[in-house]
Amino acid sequence: MAAQPPTTVRGGSAPQESGTGSTPPDRTTAGPRRLSPRAATWIQSGFLLLIAAIALVPLVAIFIGTFQDGNDVIRRGMTFDVDVSTLSLDNYVLLFTDSGPYFRWFANTLLLTVAQVAGTLLVSSFVAYGFAMYHFKGKTLSFIMVLLLITVPFEMLMLPLYVQVNDMGLADTYLIIVLPFLAAAVTIFFFRQYFLGIPKEILEAGRVDGVTEFGIFFRLVLPISKPAMAAMAILNGMLCWNNFLWPLLVLRTPEKFTLPIGLNTLLTPYGNNYELLIIGAFFSLIPILILFLAFQRFFIEGITAGAVKG
Amino acid sequence: MRQILYSKRLAPYLFILPFLVTLAVFWIVPIGRSFVMSFQEVLYGQATFIGTDNYERLWRDRVFWQALYNSMRYMILTIVLLVPIPMVLAAVVNSKLGNPRVKAFFKASLFVPALTSVVVAGIVFRLIFAESDSAMMNQVAEFFGFGPVRWLREDITGLVALLALALWRWSGVNTMYFLAGMQSIPTEYYEAASIDGASKFQQFLHITIPNLKPTIVYVVTISVYGGLAMFLESFMLYAGNSSPNNQGLTVIGYLYRKGIEENDLGFASAVGVVLLVIVMTINLTYLIASGTFKKEAA
Repeated sequence: MAAQPPTTVRGGSAPQESGTGSTPPDRTTAGPRRLSPRAATWIQSGFLLLIAAIALVPLVAIFIGTFQDGNDVIRRGMTFDVDVSTLSLDNYVLLFTDSGPYFRWFANTLLLTVAQVAGTLLVSSFVAYGFAMYHFKGKTLSFIMVLLLITVPFEMLMLPLYVQVNDMGLADTYLIIVLPFLAAAVTIFFFRQYFLGIPKEILEAGRVDGVTEFGIFFRLVLPISKPAMAAMAILNGMLCWNNFLWPLLVLRTPEKFTLPIGLNTLLTPYGNNYELLIIGAFFSLIPILILFLAFQRFFIEGITAGAVKG
Repeated sequence: MRQILYSKRLAPYLFILPFLVTLAVFWIVPIGRSFVMSFQEVLYGQATFIGTDNYERLWRDRVFWQALYNSMRYMILTIVLLVPIPMVLAAVVNSKLGNPRVKAFFKASLFVPALTSVVVAGIVFRLIFAESDSAMMNQVAEFFGFGPVRWLREDITGLVALLALALWRWSGVNTMYFLAGMQSIPTEYYEAASIDGASKFQQFLHITIPNLKPTIVYVVTISVYGGLAMFLESFMLYAGNSSPNNQGLTVIGYLYRKGIEENDLGFASAVGVVLLVIVMTINLTYLIASGTFKKEAA
């Protein structure tokens, strides 16, 4: 194995397309191991598919769980050993006929998500524009605060904010779920980066035409910022749809519950609604999964740009 | 009014005003009050200064130390798992070999768990790590010749479930970070190294890892914050804030218990202040040690 010195230098040329006919084994003698690119591709694909399969197990399990008896799943856990004869559509019937407040939670979450995403995009891009396009006194300090807020997890603010909100008499309102997070540090940071890449000539042209500073932002800059908007809409939409801790603290009235809060109430040890738990959890994933399949690029861009913590 | 709208001097302040107001009303004031409260006993809205009593109580509180130990342990282990594993996965995906469709499917599959809410993820993992013989993880355990395990009853196995949940949810995102980092490394480096006869593994060790340093620093930093602030994963897995012998209790969980469940605001504020100091210290130390500040100053 070690006898043959490397004769051919690999890399730089010959793009290895998979499955393009057979490759003579002596084509790649670069390393100590002599794997044909084709065999290496097979091994790599096998490895990646195995990991992907493991990652998908919990999702497949919850999907299968929607056809199983809820009490049984709660008692015995999710299993590989699925008895096909026990699967039924009972949970689906229940969900669409007698699911109590489930679709109310769904609608509440949808409403909150739309409102919060619209508000966050507007306010955060507005703020980011100030940071990106102007020089002013106090800018560095203010921007350091943005960077600082990016790294402080909400959990650390939880208690102080909770006390504050109770004192302000804003508990149990949707307003207070949204309001503290409209100027969102991560989103501000992302928009600022995007705006920095916009040529300043656009601003000057606007000023020459007599457009106000705010008019320049709303009428000239925002319309050309759609890619950034899309990425941040996805990120914020996902965070908001899944938002759990803050609504858990401030919401009291069951009619106002969102999906994560509502599903959590179904998990109590005294629950008698286990039929609804699994299928309800599964249906709460569907909007996001659909969006992900449609806009995968924006998801990965938005979440890796901003995912400090989910 | 017209002058305000056209003023280039005033405009930036109006633009960033929403941020400044948010910062003041929802961050600085509450955190400042919380700091003050940590020196008070707060009962039914009546606050009395008690000096450093809360901190002294905290120092002697065994449950707090246990919660801190749990959080630290979780934080360190998530870093140990969620840096190298995603890095290797990213390297595999990044190799020039391979079927692009398989790679795309892999990336999507690994990313999807990050889209689930902690509620759904917690419910599923609670059921996967259930106690019965037929639950998934017990079937896996049986396959390897042990079990059944009462996962959530024991300290270490409960931790395994928590780490599995973290690994499942965040591997994909971290892999994307590393992949982005790797794709920005110039290919010439690798070509030069392979001319010099460096093996793939040597290239990974001596080119990829050093060039990934900014990404590694970033991922570790967010993992420190995320790890120490972990609460909901445990809250969902144990279906509430209590677990056998407090094995799943984290610092934030303790803060939640004291501040929100027991309404002991002064003491809970002290917990929050201590946590903030710990997190800031760890991160500043790490950022200084890794030379991040030097680079930015240069």
